[in-house]
Amino acid sequence: MPDNRPTRRNFLKTLSAGTLGGLVFAATGCKREVLDEFLQKHFREMTDEEKKQVIRRLEKSYREKYGLDFKVGTTEAVPNTLWGYGLDLSRCIGCRRCMHACVQENNNSRAKPQLQWIRVLRLKKGNLINLEQSEHYYNPETVPEPGFIYMPVQCQQCENPPCVKVCPVQATWKEPDGIITVDYNWCIGCRYCIAACPYKGRVFNWAEPTISREEWNTDVHYLGNRPRMKNVVEKCTFCVQRARIGRYPACVEACPTGSRKFGNLLDPSSEIRYIIENKRVFRLKEDFNTEPKFYYFFSI
Amino acid sequence: MEGWRFFKKTLMLVVKGSTGYYLWCAFLLAVIAVGVTFYREQLDAGLIVTNMKNQVSWGLYIGNFTYLVGVAAAAVLLVIPAYIYHFDPIKEIVVLGELFAASAIVMAVMFVLADLGRPDRFWHIMPFVGILSFPQSLLAWDVIVLNGYLALNTLVPIYILVKSYYGKEPNKKFVIPLILLSIPWAVSIHTVTAFLYNGLSARPFWNASILAPRFLASAFCSGPAIIIIIFQIIRKVAGMKVKNEALFKIAELIAYAMFINLFLLGAELFKEYYSATIHLAPLEYLYQGLNGHHALVPWIWTAFAFNVAAFLIFLIPRTRRRLVTLNIGCALMIVGVWIEKGMGFVVPGFVPDPLGEIYEYLPNATEAAISLGIWAAGLLIFTLFMRVAIPIQRGDFMHSKYDELAQSHRMQSRHAPVPPPRPGF
Amino acid sequence: MKRILPVLALAFAIGTGLPVFAVLHHDEFPVPPPPLSEGIYPCGNCHAGMEVNTKRRELTDEHQNIKLRHAENVRWCLDCHNPGNRDKLRLVNGNLISFGESYLLCGQCHGNIYRDWKAGIHGKRTGYFNGKKTYLLCVHCHNPHDPKFKPIKPEPPPYRPEDKRNAR
Repeated sequence: MPDNRPTRRNFLKTLSAGTLGGLVFAATGCKREVLDEFLQKHFREMTDEEKKQVIRRLEKSYREKYGLDFKVGTTEAVPNTLWGYGLDLSRCIGCRRCMHACVQENNNSRAKPQLQWIRVLRLKKGNLINLEQSEHYYNPETVPEPGFIYMPVQCQQCENPPCVKVCPVQATWKEPDGIITVDYNWCIGCRYCIAACPYKGRVFNWAEPTISREEWNTDVHYLGNRPRMKNVVEKCTFCVQRARIGRYPACVEACPTGSRKFGNLLDPSSEIRYIIENKRVFRLKEDFNTEPKFYYFFSI
Repeated sequence: MEGWRFFKKTLMLVVKGSTGYYLWCAFLLAVIAVGVTFYREQLDAGLIVTNMKNQVSWGLYIGNFTYLVGVAAAAVLLVIPAYIYHFDPIKEIVVLGELFAASAIVMAVMFVLADLGRPDRFWHIMPFVGILSFPQSLLAWDVIVLNGYLALNTLVPIYILVKSYYGKEPNKKFVIPLILLSIPWAVSIHTVTAFLYNGLSARPFWNASILAPRFLASAFCSGPAIIIIIFQIIRKVAGMKVKNEALFKIAELIAYAMFINLFLLGAELFKEYYSATIHLAPLEYLYQGLNGHHALVPWIWTAFAFNVAAFLIFLIPRTRRRLVTLNIGCALMIVGVWIEKGMGFVVPGFVPDPLGEIYEYLPNATEAAISLGIWAAGLLIFTLFMRVAIPIQRGDFMHSKYDELAQSHRMQSRHAPVPPPRPGF
Repeated sequence: MKRILPVLALAFAIGTGLPVFAVLHHDEFPVPPPPLSEGIYPCGNCHAGMEVNTKRRELTDEHQNIKLRHAENVRWCLDCHNPGNRDKLRLVNGNLISFGESYLLCGQCHGNIYRDWKAGIHGKRTGYFNGKKTYLLCVHCHNPHDPKFKPIKPEPPPYRPEDKRNAR
């Protein structure tokens, strides 16, 4: 998409962005980094060299801001991969280990606001589709509780994502491996995508994230768990920083009951393909035609 | 130089005025100042200073935006009869109506900016400079139609006023097509704004085909109701001639629009309550309360009562044709539609949220202060527009060549009720 | 043993119409060592000189903590533990296996689960989903004498939207 734009447009863009930036620069007399950040292009329009520069700048600014050495990756999608997720509803006990592991791995704000990408819903047995009967804040001594089942929900990485369709600036898009990512530096914070998502798969950084120094995970990806700024949207990426180097997402590894499964939908021998072929699977709100790549199943 | 003189005289018009004018402007500026103070805090800390959460991620700002787009669209209600049916009394006030629409659009855009998390990245949405995701995103459509409408509604009145400043007739070949264009354009701004919500399958409350027609119907109630009140003020304060007949005609049109609005509401309520699927939940939350949560219930019933009362007032000729009852009707309708289409429309879209959670949103002081600031800014813009437009329309403020002529006219009109020179079409 | 598995796999694959699995080797299921209680292995250290007692009884001298709740009406210790060489487990066909291969023992009864486990569907996997992944033995999660999962304490719920910790 970025390649077939007319050059005149690019020229105009450079010219106007340059003018705009120059004006701001002149007006505020601010640091060069601030100007660079202001003028930063859309991630998908950057050349490899520009990406490198941006990463260098980000790592520097994170060092100044958090006193930590972040390693910001830009690993691209592995060819011939389409990530798919399986969640075994017969095994999930609603312990929320996944939710907390996700927060730690992905550097979600811990408070003010507290942000999570996974929500675990408790549903009365005999009820699955009507989520209005769900309870999000159950807190018993032990789980599972008699009479209930648990359904974790996170971004379903739709093949037909309503959130991407509505974004007015294309700050969110579907990567070649099927995950929906956000360029936090391009998002304008209008929250239209939050309104469009049928799964509550997106949350907003209502303020600068609050994370203590020792809690930061410094192994990050530009499109995933790198530190966010205030007033931008964020979401689950199936742990893009892990999945693209072949590792399981943090939620998969955290699940004590092994209810969470992950793999490549294009690989016939993958765990996720086995599930689709051998188990009875369903996808949440299939009637919306969003084609999620998140499969709920029942092993028993 | 004439340009300099125009500027200087405009400045004088704006700067000099009665005590009442000063008080009014000072009041608006004070409200704006409070709003700006709160907005700076919001910019600094983030949108966490509002009561919006991930569960209800749009609130008072977007509610006001929706309402104001409707108000702006209502300018067509004045344009259609004036230009198509040559209905004389209304024709007098169309220019001011369009300036009012322009002010409303400015307010609507300011509300979007107040809601926007990263206004510093505004250039990302600008076509050619950034990336405007047209035609996929309805928000991109809205950016285009709103800016187009703003341009149209400033261009046409300014053109007519400038012509009149030079004591000339406007060029019909130029201005009539633009005026005709503004009719479908007004429909389009509100349709696109309705589609902005309508297209979201995730939100059953908005995902109803009746939405755009209802939007238009309710816009044709509140917008003209505001205009009826504003024109009475202008008539009184600025001595601008507006016939009662015109006001009563607008009120009659409002009654029809309100009938359609109430009918569509009934159709919606029937469908949801009779079929009673799980998609009934937002309506239940709005009108009855859901699982013990009923923050919006008193509001929506107030709106309903106000709308029905206003409808009756505008329907019955005797109450419609008395200024006291007419104004009560207008006030009821302005507030009624504001509730119905602001908070009463935006919030239930989010309650319950897609995973069934209920968060009872009500705006906090910060949101109220910023919203009032924006309303004040819009009113100030409109006031200043009027400060310049009314003297031009009355013929008090003209190019130097015609000034003397106008002076003598004014002298005359003090003695005899001769209408001042006014551009005709 | 190594000769049996491919045959089993083939039969299973044909039987279920699934794509034929690659030949199964034990190192295809890289598992951590079995979670034996500390100091308890090798079992032969104590059992070598003991007489074999197949009688169902309350254990009083050792292993009192073991309460068998696993088809206890039809099963007793020596159905799985090999009476001769206590360091081995015993399959129904009499073959002896090590504790590290206990899944073969479990799979005798729990065929469907064993099949899912081999495919990576039952149980937890860590590591690299396309490459080297770590399996867990059944007994890492399920106490073989009392296999039903025990309730655990949940991690704290999210803050409610109204919560002060979500506001400024």
